[in-house]
Amino acid sequence: MKILVPVKRVIDYNVKVRVKSDETGVDLANVKMSMNPFDEIAVEEAIRLKEAGNAEEIVAVSIGPEKAQDQIRQALAMGADRGILIKTDETVEPLGVAKLLQKVVDEEKPDLVILGKQAIDDDSNQTGQMLAALLGWPQGTFASEVEKGDGSLNVTREIDGGLQTIKINLPAVVTTDLRLNEPRYASLPNIMKAKKKPLDVKDVADYGVDVAPRLEVVKVTEPPKREAGVKVESVADLVEKLKNEAGVI
Amino acid sequence: MAVLVIADVHGNSIDDSTHKTVTAAQAIGGDVDILVAGEGAGEAAAAAAKIAGVRKVLHADDPAYANRLAEPYADLIVKVAADYDAILKAAATTGKNVMPRVAALLDVMQISEIVDVVAPDTFTRPIYAGNAMQTVKSSDAKKVITVRATAFKAAEEGGSAAVETIDAAGNPGISEFVGEELTKSDRPELTGAKIVVSGGRALGGSKEFEEVIFPLADKLGAAVGASRAAVDAGYVPNDYQVGQTGKVVAPELYIAIGISGAIQHLAGMKDSKVIVAINKDEEAPIFQVADYGLVADLFKAVPELTEALG
Repeated sequence: MKILVPVKRVIDYNVKVRVKSDETGVDLANVKMSMNPFDEIAVEEAIRLKEAGNAEEIVAVSIGPEKAQDQIRQALAMGADRGILIKTDETVEPLGVAKLLQKVVDEEKPDLVILGKQAIDDDSNQTGQMLAALLGWPQGTFASEVEKGDGSLNVTREIDGGLQTIKINLPAVVTTDLRLNEPRYASLPNIMKAKKKPLDVKDVADYGVDVAPRLEVVKVTEPPKREAGVKVESVADLVEKLKNEAGVI
Repeated sequence: MAVLVIADVHGNSIDDSTHKTVTAAQAIGGDVDILVAGEGAGEAAAAAAKIAGVRKVLHADDPAYANRLAEPYADLIVKVAADYDAILKAAATTGKNVMPRVAALLDVMQISEIVDVVAPDTFTRPIYAGNAMQTVKSSDAKKVITVRATAFKAAEEGGSAAVETIDAAGNPGISEFVGEELTKSDRPELTGAKIVVSGGRALGGSKEFEEVIFPLADKLGAAVGASRAAVDAGYVPNDYQVGQTGKVVAPELYIAIGISGAIQHLAGMKDSKVIVAINKDEEAPIFQVADYGLVADLFKAVPELTEALG
């Protein structure tokens, strides 16, 4: 089995986001960037499938600026075999990303694509489902367990009421939830080795896909601020305030 | 102009999120119809027809829709999409799973988790875990939208729309349902509850969670939530998680117990009307959003609170 793992370069999980004063977006200048955490889980899952003898090759692909090579190199250092960067300095929306990935799938012919369920920047939660739709493949989203069967996968999904298990035919798209696995750290020797692994650099234009945005960003603003309230001294004080001041109990 | 709301169907009933999504649809304008897809879901369709202001209910009944599998479900929605200018579904796990598939099949860029309708083509949605609000204008002729239900009031009952039975759209047969492990609870459902009591890692174990959090929740008739740390540590099942990647709640009262308040958790609860935080670390970020903060050992304070409410 061959696995394709798309990875996205996003603002680091721990960075406090600041909205730009001209309301055009958030400030990304001199901000630490990392691989989207859900994509790290996707890379890890692909590696585990390979280590269990269920996959032969893992290809990591990213769509983004030149510097997204860092995130591909991280995937290679974790254990992916080779990388593809589809270069662009423009924002590509999930639909455009899915269309580019469809082209990559046409070329690479993987049996499985594993993606993060959402990117922590735009919080869209769309790309995997859209890719599955374009390919006519089944989707196992929000996966907390993936088990390889004969020509199929059993995917346990995190849903509102608990867990749902479905069986999907291969080829398929899987998107990862938080508890699928705990991604490994790349060791120093593996980071060195990753520098020698092949990484193809392409351009969005190479794929002949219309990725023009469908959504115009009118503005980006601060969320309504919530002011800190008061500290109460005791449980009795708290109960009194909830009953008589807030009137919620 | 016509807008289609895809109902959240569970067994033979519809979730309150459907009523809230109808309100978002009405803000867009035009006639509002509801699609109810399920197996043996006649009562769910009848319930949808009672929502005020609804023109008609489309009811598709087929085993393919019993477990909300994305592939047949998306095909059904695409089949009826031609008659509508916008298609909305609540951003619960089914909506998040199915709607992007619908959007791609229609060649539309979905607008995820809207919290406000600014104009029929312009919507506001949170990004970066709610640390920024983005307003976007869609140039797609047809809009595919998921709705953060907690941001909209539930549409009232009192309608009497006609129910029209429609054919199923077939099943591509590339996926099948194997099983479900649903959390059994007599407590209210988390996203619709008036009061939520949530616990964090400071509880230390599932036994402590049961002994400290559950009695308070039951005394208040509250739903129980948890931080990601508590879920990851296995204290409670995954569907208790409140936050950026879990559930988003906005109850009248949210009580955060032993939760430090990472931005990812705040993203899921900061629109609650009244927030109470109980934590022994007075520097915990949760206090910055709490209306009432109590710096105390939760193992003493929470049983005392449960007792005081008796």
